[in-house]
Amino acid sequence: MASSISRRGFLGQAAILGCSAAASPLLTPISMAAVPGDRRLVVIILRGGMDGIDALRPWGDVDFAKYRPQLAKDRPSALQLDAFYGVHPGLEKLMPLWTKGELAFVQATSTPYRNKRSHFDGQDLLEAGTVELAPLGRRDGWLNRMMPHLKGAEERTAFALGREDMLVLRGDAPVSNWSPEVDLTLSPQGLRLLELVMQGDPQMGAAMAEAVALAGSDGDGVAFDMDAGEMMAEMQADAAEARRGKTTHKIADFAADQLRADSRIVSFSLGGWDTHAQQHRTLNRPLAQLSDTILRLRDRLGGDVWQMTTVLCMTEFGRTVRENGTMGTDHGTGGTMIIAGGAVQGGRVLGRWPGLEEAELFDRRDLMPTSDIRAWAAWAMHDSFGLSRSVLEQEIFGGLEMGSTPGLLL
Amino acid sequence: MFQPDLADIRFGCGLSPRLSPPQSVGEMLAGLTGPDQMAQDFPIESFDQFRHRIVEFNIARKGSRQNRGTDKGAEFDLQRKALVKSAKAAYTGFVRDSLLRRIHTETGFRERLSFFWADHFTAHGKVMIIKWSTSPYVQDAIRPHISGKFEDLLIAAVTHPLMLSYLDQNISVGPNSTGALRQKTKRGLNENLAREVLELHTLGVGGPYTQDDVRQLAELFTGLSYKQTGEFVYKAHLAEPGPETILGKSYGGRKGRLEDIHAALRDLARHPATAKHIARKLAQHFVADSPSEALVHALETAYRDTEGDLTAVYTALLEHPDSWAPALANVKQPLTFMASAFRALDIGQTRLKRTRDKDLRNMIYIPLQIMGQPWEKPGGPDGWPEENNHWITPQFMAARLQWALAVPQALRKSLPDPRDFAKNALGDLLPQDVAFAAGAAENRWEGVALVLTSPAFQRQ
Repeated sequence: MASSISRRGFLGQAAILGCSAAASPLLTPISMAAVPGDRRLVVIILRGGMDGIDALRPWGDVDFAKYRPQLAKDRPSALQLDAFYGVHPGLEKLMPLWTKGELAFVQATSTPYRNKRSHFDGQDLLEAGTVELAPLGRRDGWLNRMMPHLKGAEERTAFALGREDMLVLRGDAPVSNWSPEVDLTLSPQGLRLLELVMQGDPQMGAAMAEAVALAGSDGDGVAFDMDAGEMMAEMQADAAEARRGKTTHKIADFAADQLRADSRIVSFSLGGWDTHAQQHRTLNRPLAQLSDTILRLRDRLGGDVWQMTTVLCMTEFGRTVRENGTMGTDHGTGGTMIIAGGAVQGGRVLGRWPGLEEAELFDRRDLMPTSDIRAWAAWAMHDSFGLSRSVLEQEIFGGLEMGSTPGLLL
Repeated sequence: MFQPDLADIRFGCGLSPRLSPPQSVGEMLAGLTGPDQMAQDFPIESFDQFRHRIVEFNIARKGSRQNRGTDKGAEFDLQRKALVKSAKAAYTGFVRDSLLRRIHTETGFRERLSFFWADHFTAHGKVMIIKWSTSPYVQDAIRPHISGKFEDLLIAAVTHPLMLSYLDQNISVGPNSTGALRQKTKRGLNENLAREVLELHTLGVGGPYTQDDVRQLAELFTGLSYKQTGEFVYKAHLAEPGPETILGKSYGGRKGRLEDIHAALRDLARHPATAKHIARKLAQHFVADSPSEALVHALETAYRDTEGDLTAVYTALLEHPDSWAPALANVKQPLTFMASAFRALDIGQTRLKRTRDKDLRNMIYIPLQIMGQPWEKPGGPDGWPEENNHWITPQFMAARLQWALAVPQALRKSLPDPRDFAKNALGDLLPQDVAFAAGAAENRWEGVALVLTSPAFQRQ
């Protein structure tokens, strides 16, 4: 810090500027650049390894019931998709979307990750979108690498939401991060001083500036004089909301609001998929939460915007085809991807079914992947934003072959 | 080189207006081997004490189920509820005492190392009662071993009932064990713990192991379990008949033995890949996201030369010039941030003990969640991320600022003059702009919050 600051000099300057919130770079309103097209893309990372063949159940495969004496017992007709497939009860609320053609599945798909079956590397590879993992600290995500190819994209075009670090949006291109449960209030003077102490630390300063801007974006401004009691009351109210587990709803709502405005890409994650034991009980909650989240997004986006929207739900790997000894499943390979949205040409199960005979399994234990999950994401990006095949195959997903178009979007 | 204030900020729990920082590397190291004063002053239950709650809870729950609709059932139900209440209250006490240890310690390095190793060996309960037992686990399995041999720490953590429960080892059964063959419902192998031991606890994910090693180690681990009372037990009748081959070496024979599991863990602990993994992780945690190769090498050499004597590794760390680089590279993780704020504010023992549980939740647990670090609950067995990039985000920075504005004034009768507070909190490391901001703030609480959210305080 320069040694020339004096209290009087600083306050004098502040007085000239009227000490107003607007004068602070921490509060500069974000200018909205041209918006890159009308299509919206939401990527939900399902952390923990969703059991693809429990979510999307291959009832038509004679071997299915053999591997899963406990987990494959019920076959209610309300959950039947077609002659071959049914879905888990946790997805029942999405059945109207299937009927309307706004829901599709990709069977037996996976990232290029093989053999080690670690959640952490598996998720990082899913989000990095590469074949091999870069060393820690040098990883970036495929959604981030897309940003420079979107005309008119700027920081607000893409949002990573929630408490989780979203590698899929991390990288050199500026994107926004936010957790909609946080609110801030500081006096105008406090804001200016905050800016001052942050000056020497560009990384922290940038994060704090963005925080102030986003906290003010919900309609109640940041710069406000509060007394101590009010301050505490506000924080307690926020804490109470977070405690009631309303965070997922808040994220869906915030995401929808941003997408209705100028944002085009949003990503966040949902957890709870690592069902090593008692899966008939433990998988229901995360699937129901996913269903609620998709429906809440649809409702809040409203018909016109929903028609422009594609939601990709991706997980790091599927799980073992056999039930394990504890009525759950262990880390596997091939899995299922869920695609929803008004822009989707749905009512279909995409990809190729590899079969469940032991010789057809990967390592004689996991569902054999028959497609690269990155290719489906690439086609969604191609159809949504008009990105060229070569950019997608080489620059965004280093070394991907997209194959022929599946006609993913309308 | 060594500087007292920097030592307390980087390797300890931050500066206190009441306690002086360590005066030498020797003093810091001696603090690890001397009596554990904080554990005496602010005792936390051992898991052996805690597990009685689990036993009683299971009895009450069973009784209430079996006697549903009767007076007896209602009585069991009341007992069950009382046990939940008391376990929750105990848990809140663990949080208080953990923070008080950080506020009052004169050997802050010990608290930081306990946290580091508790994170390396992340474990928590997933169901009622046991989900509040992480602190007792750390008390038993981690804290007594942080300055001994890594292999003893490894064995204590990996075979602890809470770890066995967290990573599903207690339900893993050798498919060809006598126990499994006798049972009607078939139970089998679960690879979870074996994989994480190789990937996270010892060799590291880049380490020289394959899926076969995971499988073999999972087979060797069968039999590690605990009784209904929560006591560790080795159930030889559930062990897969061996021998098993891990990294090319054979362990055990037809009959399962705990010694063979210990032998495999000791070999994993002494493996060069483990030395490298541990050396890098320590350097990252205490010094910088990308530590110099020289620093990592110094730690790795100390580890290999002593077959994993952790005090020797810490000595190498504290004697390396990189450890005393004046620039503060790492950002404090939320718990360290919060506890160092309490320490700088000198929040007293009586104040924290008098605060109601409900208020404590609003002032500590929930804010920690919003800062990205829910108390003792990292998202997975890999623990908390070390990278600054994970923590320096708009939402986490906003959460820290919001907390720094509201909570200090709620926990102290009166806030200190921000100018004095800045000097106490940052000592020799107080930057001029922070000193200025503390003096220029319109009111005390903003002054204090500005000091706490300044980069100089948030980094270490």
